[in-house]
Amino acid sequence: MEALKARKEAWEGFNTGEWNEKIDVRDFINKNWDPYTGDDTFLAGPTETTKELWDQVLQLMKKERENGGVLDVDTKTISTITSHAPGYIEKDKEQIVGLQTDAPLKRSIQPTGGIRMMASGCEAYGFKLDPEIEKIYTDYRKTHNQGVFDAYTSEMLAARKAGIITGLPDAYGRGRIIGDYRRVALYGVDRLIEDKKQVKKSLEKGAITEEVIRDREEVSEQIRSLQELKQMAASYGYDISEPATTAKEAFQWLYFGYLAAIKEQNGAAMSLGRVSTFLDIYIERDIKTGILTEEDAQQIVDHFVMKLRLVKFLRTPDYDELFSGDPTWVTESIGGMSLDGRPLVTKNSFRFLYTLVNLGPAPEPNLTVLWSTGLPDGFKKFCSKMSIETSSIQYENDDIMRKDYGDDYGIACCVSAMRIGKQMQFFGARANLAKALLYTINGGVDEKLKMQVGPKFAPITSEYLDYDEVVEKFEEVQDWLAELYINSLNVIHFMHDKYSYERIEMALHDQEVLRTMACGIAGLSVVSDALSAIKYAKVKVIRDEDGIATDFEIEGDFPKYGNDDARADEIASHIVTNFMNKLRQHPTYRNSLHTQSVLTITSNVVYGKKTGNTPDGRKAGEPFAPGANPMHGRDQKGALASLNSIAKIPYEDCQDGISCTFSIVPKALGKDEESRVNNLSAILDGYASQTGHHINVNVFDREQLMDAMEHPEKYPQLTIRVSGYAVNFIKLTREQQIDVINRTFHESM
Amino acid sequence: MKGRIHSIESCGTVDGPGLRYIVFLQGCSLRCAYCHNPDTWKLNGGSEMSVDELIAEAKAYLPYMQFSNGGVTLSGGEPLLQPDFVLEFFKKCKEVGIHTTIDTSGSVKPVNLDEILEVTDLVLLDVKHINEEKHKGITGMSNRNTLNFAKLLDEKGIPMWVRHVLVPGLSDDPKDLNELGDFISTLSNVEKVEVLPYHKMGEYKWEQLGLENTLTHLEPPNQEKVDLAYNLLTKSLNKNKPQLA
Repeated sequence: MEALKARKEAWEGFNTGEWNEKIDVRDFINKNWDPYTGDDTFLAGPTETTKELWDQVLQLMKKERENGGVLDVDTKTISTITSHAPGYIEKDKEQIVGLQTDAPLKRSIQPTGGIRMMASGCEAYGFKLDPEIEKIYTDYRKTHNQGVFDAYTSEMLAARKAGIITGLPDAYGRGRIIGDYRRVALYGVDRLIEDKKQVKKSLEKGAITEEVIRDREEVSEQIRSLQELKQMAASYGYDISEPATTAKEAFQWLYFGYLAAIKEQNGAAMSLGRVSTFLDIYIERDIKTGILTEEDAQQIVDHFVMKLRLVKFLRTPDYDELFSGDPTWVTESIGGMSLDGRPLVTKNSFRFLYTLVNLGPAPEPNLTVLWSTGLPDGFKKFCSKMSIETSSIQYENDDIMRKDYGDDYGIACCVSAMRIGKQMQFFGARANLAKALLYTINGGVDEKLKMQVGPKFAPITSEYLDYDEVVEKFEEVQDWLAELYINSLNVIHFMHDKYSYERIEMALHDQEVLRTMACGIAGLSVVSDALSAIKYAKVKVIRDEDGIATDFEIEGDFPKYGNDDARADEIASHIVTNFMNKLRQHPTYRNSLHTQSVLTITSNVVYGKKTGNTPDGRKAGEPFAPGANPMHGRDQKGALASLNSIAKIPYEDCQDGISCTFSIVPKALGKDEESRVNNLSAILDGYASQTGHHINVNVFDREQLMDAMEHPEKYPQLTIRVSGYAVNFIKLTREQQIDVINRTFHESM
Repeated sequence: MKGRIHSIESCGTVDGPGLRYIVFLQGCSLRCAYCHNPDTWKLNGGSEMSVDELIAEAKAYLPYMQFSNGGVTLSGGEPLLQPDFVLEFFKKCKEVGIHTTIDTSGSVKPVNLDEILEVTDLVLLDVKHINEEKHKGITGMSNRNTLNFAKLLDEKGIPMWVRHVLVPGLSDDPKDLNELGDFISTLSNVEKVEVLPYHKMGEYKWEQLGLENTLTHLEPPNQEKVDLAYNLLTKSLNKNKPQLA
């Protein structure tokens, strides 16, 4: 009764609906949000308190950089939801509280993904993991990493070593699961526990099979994690058993939910979901009742975002090579349209983006605008303006995603759409198709390791490559690769569920969850151009004394992907669809749905390093283009031709996302600020209406980046978008910096 | 109908309003000392494309044009050296509702000019110099055609943007700029005046082509000079049309 009363009070003033009876955040939003169609003139600047706090954070970040990238590590504590005493930046000034450990930027030990990652992570930054912890997770308690390597086949190990499949989450947390953290605010934790207890009860009848046992164990873990979440909040002085009653509480409750997740899981991407419009409903209510001003509201948003900027995990230099710049992918999805055609844009959508001004640009949270041609003009212009000023925003096409995912999905990591609280994915990194093409020519022998990695396919022995022969043999290699790839992912995710289950994140999901097996491909533009060269020009093979193709000579010109040329673009689209169909033929762990992405993150550099000369003219060691981008400098008809080529890649066969990184110099966008804003907004509208899926927008001059390479101290907050996320430019490895600078900058005037 | 094309830029943002599909046509009869695209001079350079191919390509950018109120721009080289091609292409553009712009020096007067202007929405008219002798000095040709072209556009009421490349020592004498400003003020259809400061980005092309570049000693004019020129060119214009920026 007490609880019912508390809930009723907390929901005072909200329109009622199904959400009152069952857990349904979407219904709550749908009944209560207020679309905002105006411009940015209402926004408030940072308060003095915000400036003081942010100054302290900047100082800490500077120290972190000076300390070689990691400020501190709590090497003696195994991180759990309740393991650490409360931590603060400066308690009295913080509107929103809570840190992963007892001090800002102190990283925690999260060993269930893999103990070696923790030990070498400590070592790389001059710390020493407590030997006791290392012993526990070596001798007594198995990790995900150990489990995977127990079950990997010899072929999987070889493929991994050669780098034909790379970046697999077999030594670290897989991430890419978004808990519906909003549930904590809307319902309070007690209601969520009640719900999960009901679920557990429903799993008592009939045959208790392996599946039911697993479900019962998982739900029990979920319930336990929710209880720990309450405890953790209580240690900060908050009772979150019941729903939040004010906007400030709603932010705080929601953040505690997220904080519990990042205390326990150092997943590759720990995304936030789609919270800004949900939270706007609370702000609007408080503004109406007069307990909150615009300045207060912005202050809460700024402080919340400040916390998200402080999220850190302990990583190794190997990991950093793949995912450079210490990213955490605290992705927040903003905007989009509702199914009935109203914009899900609120004033809070503006406030979140405005943190890029109040606190300055930053890579995290990974601000993702769900773009629709139907968004209000004022919001479109504001987004463009923020992009031009900060290069910190990515855009994803709501008009194509809404059809598949409804209007309450969020982006995990970079480009992976999923219904919030109803869908998760098994992150599967990517297969290197450029290398697969070389295996086709070399009969399964790796061109770098000079060892047989795939089965002994008949190699191609002709002096000049014949298109039909190459295509036919490439099919066989891809058949082999697709099966091996799915099998590897099955091993990985079986073990991750077993040894490193994301209990709090799954506690914030429905019981019935759609799982996807999220595969990916790298080297799309390399393979497309290579096949185009073989088809439209003449490609001569240079072989070494063992008959391994080590280089190629191209005679004549050929159409290249990135110029809106159907001949080349059809090859690219076919590669994607064809490989997707091959993946679909293999059974997946937990009957997950096969999907695929064309996204490299920053691993395009590592893939390039591990791949020999390719028949498109790319030299051994040279980076691939990131994501679905054309190869550097081969797109010669300007920015829109390049975007048109990328937009043709079929989303239905790439449901985990198609990443495009777009860099343009300010002058090429237009002569003055107004035309730049209008033009960028039109580019985004045009790209969306051509069904392009994702676009990172960078607006700056190459000279600025070169200067930042030489004088990093001058650019502590310089942020750039890479493949699906943003980074502090100065935190990239030098190799990555050079790769970024070498990429196509659209600059024709 | 085929034309000789130097290159294509799918994302033009400065040669006309909005986002523009820009076709740089091959061939020019002027030999401007400061030209930044001397590789477009030769009449037989570039590659051939048919009107149909080109219109098919341009149509792929329709959404971008529509969202930005953009269109196509024919630039060069001198597009009016291929007048039949220009006419044919613009006609096709109008059939699908694409805004058409031509970027010209107005130095040639093709026989079908009236027909071309029927299907032209905007002209970017590059006036190199108001003084005939100095114009000859820069380009090798008289400016009579250009000035007549401007008057023709005025008669027909076709909108134009007047452009003037500001080259230190060649085209920045305040007296000349004043005179050009007076001329501009006699025209009723000028939507915009643009001063384009001389830049050195085309120098490498002169070297590549083995051409003698007489201006390597020049530095681009500073902002102050550019502003001054702009004020002189628009002084009397602003009196007539105070809404012009």
